[in-house]
Amino acid sequence: MPSPATALSPSAQPQRPPLTKKVLTADHPTWCPGCGDFAVLAAFYRVLEKLQYPHESIVTLAGIGCSSRFPYFVNTHGVHYIHGRSLPFAAGVSLGRDDLHVFVFGGDGDGFSIGGNHLVHTGRKNVRLTYVIMDNFVYGLTKKQTSPTSPIGFKSKTDPTGVLDQPINPMRTLVNSGATFVARSHASQVNHMAEMMERAARHDGFSVVEILSECVEFYEGAFDAANPRKGGQFRVIEERKNDGTPEDALRHDPSDELAAFRLAAQPWPGVFGVFFESDRPTKNRLEADLIARTREKTKSASDLELLQSSFRRLR
Amino acid sequence: MVLPATPPPPGSDSKANPDRRTVRDVVIRLAGNSQDGIQTIGGFLARLAGRSDQDVMTYMTIPSTISGGPSIFQVHMGSGDILSSGDQADVLVAFYQHSYDNHIESLRPGGVLIYDSDHVKPNPEDRRFTSVGIPITGATVEAVGGSSKEKGKNLFVLGLIARIFSLDAAKVAALITERFGGRSEDIVRNAMLAFDAGYATPSDNLRDCLFRIESAPTRTSGRPQVTVDGNTALTYGLIAAGVRHGAGYPITPWSTVMETLRSELSKYGGLFVQAEDELGAIGYALGFAYSGHLAVTGSSGPGLSLKMEALGWAVMAEMPLIVINVQRGGPSTGMPTNVEQSDLLQAIYGSHGDAPRVVLAPKDVEDCFYICLEAGRIAREYSTPVIILTDQALATRIEAFDEPDLAALMVDPKPDLSPRGADFEPYPLGRLTRHAPPGASIATGKYPSVSGLEHDELGHPSANPGMHMKMTAKRREKLKALAESLPAPEVYGDSEGEALVVGWGSTWGPVREAVNRLRQGGSRVGQMHLRHLHPLPPGLDKVFARYKSVLVVEMNDEGLYGFGQLATMLRARYALPSIRSITKTDGLTFRIGELVDRVTGKIGPDGPNGGHS
Repeated sequence: MPSPATALSPSAQPQRPPLTKKVLTADHPTWCPGCGDFAVLAAFYRVLEKLQYPHESIVTLAGIGCSSRFPYFVNTHGVHYIHGRSLPFAAGVSLGRDDLHVFVFGGDGDGFSIGGNHLVHTGRKNVRLTYVIMDNFVYGLTKKQTSPTSPIGFKSKTDPTGVLDQPINPMRTLVNSGATFVARSHASQVNHMAEMMERAARHDGFSVVEILSECVEFYEGAFDAANPRKGGQFRVIEERKNDGTPEDALRHDPSDELAAFRLAAQPWPGVFGVFFESDRPTKNRLEADLIARTREKTKSASDLELLQSSFRRLR
Repeated sequence: MVLPATPPPPGSDSKANPDRRTVRDVVIRLAGNSQDGIQTIGGFLARLAGRSDQDVMTYMTIPSTISGGPSIFQVHMGSGDILSSGDQADVLVAFYQHSYDNHIESLRPGGVLIYDSDHVKPNPEDRRFTSVGIPITGATVEAVGGSSKEKGKNLFVLGLIARIFSLDAAKVAALITERFGGRSEDIVRNAMLAFDAGYATPSDNLRDCLFRIESAPTRTSGRPQVTVDGNTALTYGLIAAGVRHGAGYPITPWSTVMETLRSELSKYGGLFVQAEDELGAIGYALGFAYSGHLAVTGSSGPGLSLKMEALGWAVMAEMPLIVINVQRGGPSTGMPTNVEQSDLLQAIYGSHGDAPRVVLAPKDVEDCFYICLEAGRIAREYSTPVIILTDQALATRIEAFDEPDLAALMVDPKPDLSPRGADFEPYPLGRLTRHAPPGASIATGKYPSVSGLEHDELGHPSANPGMHMKMTAKRREKLKALAESLPAPEVYGDSEGEALVVGWGSTWGPVREAVNRLRQGGSRVGQMHLRHLHPLPPGLDKVFARYKSVLVVEMNDEGLYGFGQLATMLRARYALPSIRSITKTDGLTFRIGELVDRVTGKIGPDGPNGGHS
């Protein structure tokens, strides 16, 4: 049995060495050379260096897919769970332990296809955690099958004459789910990625960042249209500053759900930045409030007293 | 109804009431529709028995329709050990014609039929029973009056039964007040009006059917009795075991466990999540487990199938977890409000790959409580998922048992966040895995990955063939070590002889009664009941060898090869031709007579070399 001396405050030690990239680096990534996911990993190290959470309180989680190898490459408490189900697992970690910082990494198949139901419901419940979807528009680990974000006409091994099914619109799906922080970025833009991930980490709620991360092996050039180095245009959302100027009215209000849907409907390659942000209460807080109200009613009786009184009612 | 072994001294009872006969136990079957509140009065009778230091067991059927439909509640109460809900009723209360038509054959010849003369016309030719017609509907309406219509018929019947069996009316009134007291005064008043009217039924109408239940003190523990159904006992067992977190998805008959956990756990500072689906539910539960809590998920048959992929992960990642499966009739939606024990092989072997896990089954309602404590202990000590296989009959039936000594039993639920030393490995080959939840610092500064990929001792992915063999062996050997620590199951009855009747789960009581009856009839028969189904306890073969036949009783199909699921396991394990099967698939619990006949058929002139029917 656990010793009663253990408290739920692991950050007790006053002097800690800083959390550096060197400390956070674990196994060498198994991704193909040139994979966009390397840049996402680099941006994540940078975010953790900036946030300086207690090392043992960071949890890196993933489902299955190329990008879901992530936990092995980050030296934190990590979980490699099953395909599509990382969100309910992560939600359990977050709800079970309010002192932890929970980050989930996955791909488009994990998030939008096999795990689609969990995405919607984690959004609805607004569980406090950060979810980074590395979207490459193709199944990479299983070698080039159609993904839920593959565009119509893309030739994959399961659609050799071109994809027929309409792809998911990630931003629209996420805003619709009830996620309270929804952002989009591009793996070629490390500063932007780090900024989005940091804001997601600081957000009190279910925060999701979709990152277009190119699969050089099976969908080369998929995201060139938004990559300035490949002749594309990386258009960043200008967020409202509430400074009273006339031009501010033209800027995007992230609390405006309809405006977020309009941005999501822009033609390819669309815009990047924060589409939606809301301070709707988290499940973490609502459950904590429920516990507090219940404990008030039971006058904070001990576990033993509570169970004894339940049994007395069964006599 | 059993008359006492020693008749009461002449005249002792006649002073109190010249017409009352004393009985040791009685089986009352209430047959009506589910909206009549039959379960409510059945529950009152059971609780009353519990409070009167009597033993009790109930049985009910619930229609799987959304509202309404025929329903029964059977109460077996008395002063001896009550091990089954009774093969035949001593008293049948028929609310409607269909109740009479469908259940009159369950009344034993010589029993008492009470019927609502406003609705039921019994067959006048049938003289096997003492028939009492009472205008239950009319009398209730008259007694309660106002706009309540027929509501309260059930309480009228409760009053009638209290009168017939000379039950303690003050105790019954207390139960009614406790049950309805939280609502308006009108409800309590109407309930008491209906009860009193039933209790005041004139003696003339009840000639030849007034009884008194013998009040022989049979209990010595000195602890008060609780009267509770299996799902409730299980729920509080989980809490006693230290479970404060869990997740589930509604499915009959598991749902009441999650409903109670949802409202109870917040009192303890814990949390139960209603997940989006079964896969999400086990995901949440494993997330809770990973974060350091003893967690639970549960379901019934089809839901357990949906959890199987994640269960495979839990075996691979060596995560402690309690999984409840309240079995029902299958496959698919099957018979969701009937009982079956057909998920044993799913529980032991379901999922993919070689994924050994622990499977336990409680033997009665009381054991639903205690088995949770054992499941929690095993899950933590061996870092493994533990499945508890209960069933629909256990979930819904009510039994009385001694209140557990909670002060001695309750487990501290706190996560172990102590710092882990430099020798920490998430998956050591030479030792049992001890999960380090996040929040625990690791002295080496190297944090563990908990993984569904095959891994080395540090949790790194490894496709090394030797490592997969070693890790597969590690996951197997820890359960073999658990097996060695298990107590050998006791043998009841003859320690050698014609047959050993082996059961598991909720068949314990009926098998015990059947063995008693067989032995009274001169057969040399023993009973062994398995609570640990995977791994099996050691030494069973030595016990099996002492009997000509080993008859495995279970509520599932004989399958293509003629053996039920536990029998299949035992034959694979011990390769003994003497192991044979007694199975059935009618969705109902075993009756005593049925078991006696089936066992006799196996050991009689046609057995043990007869067919395995």
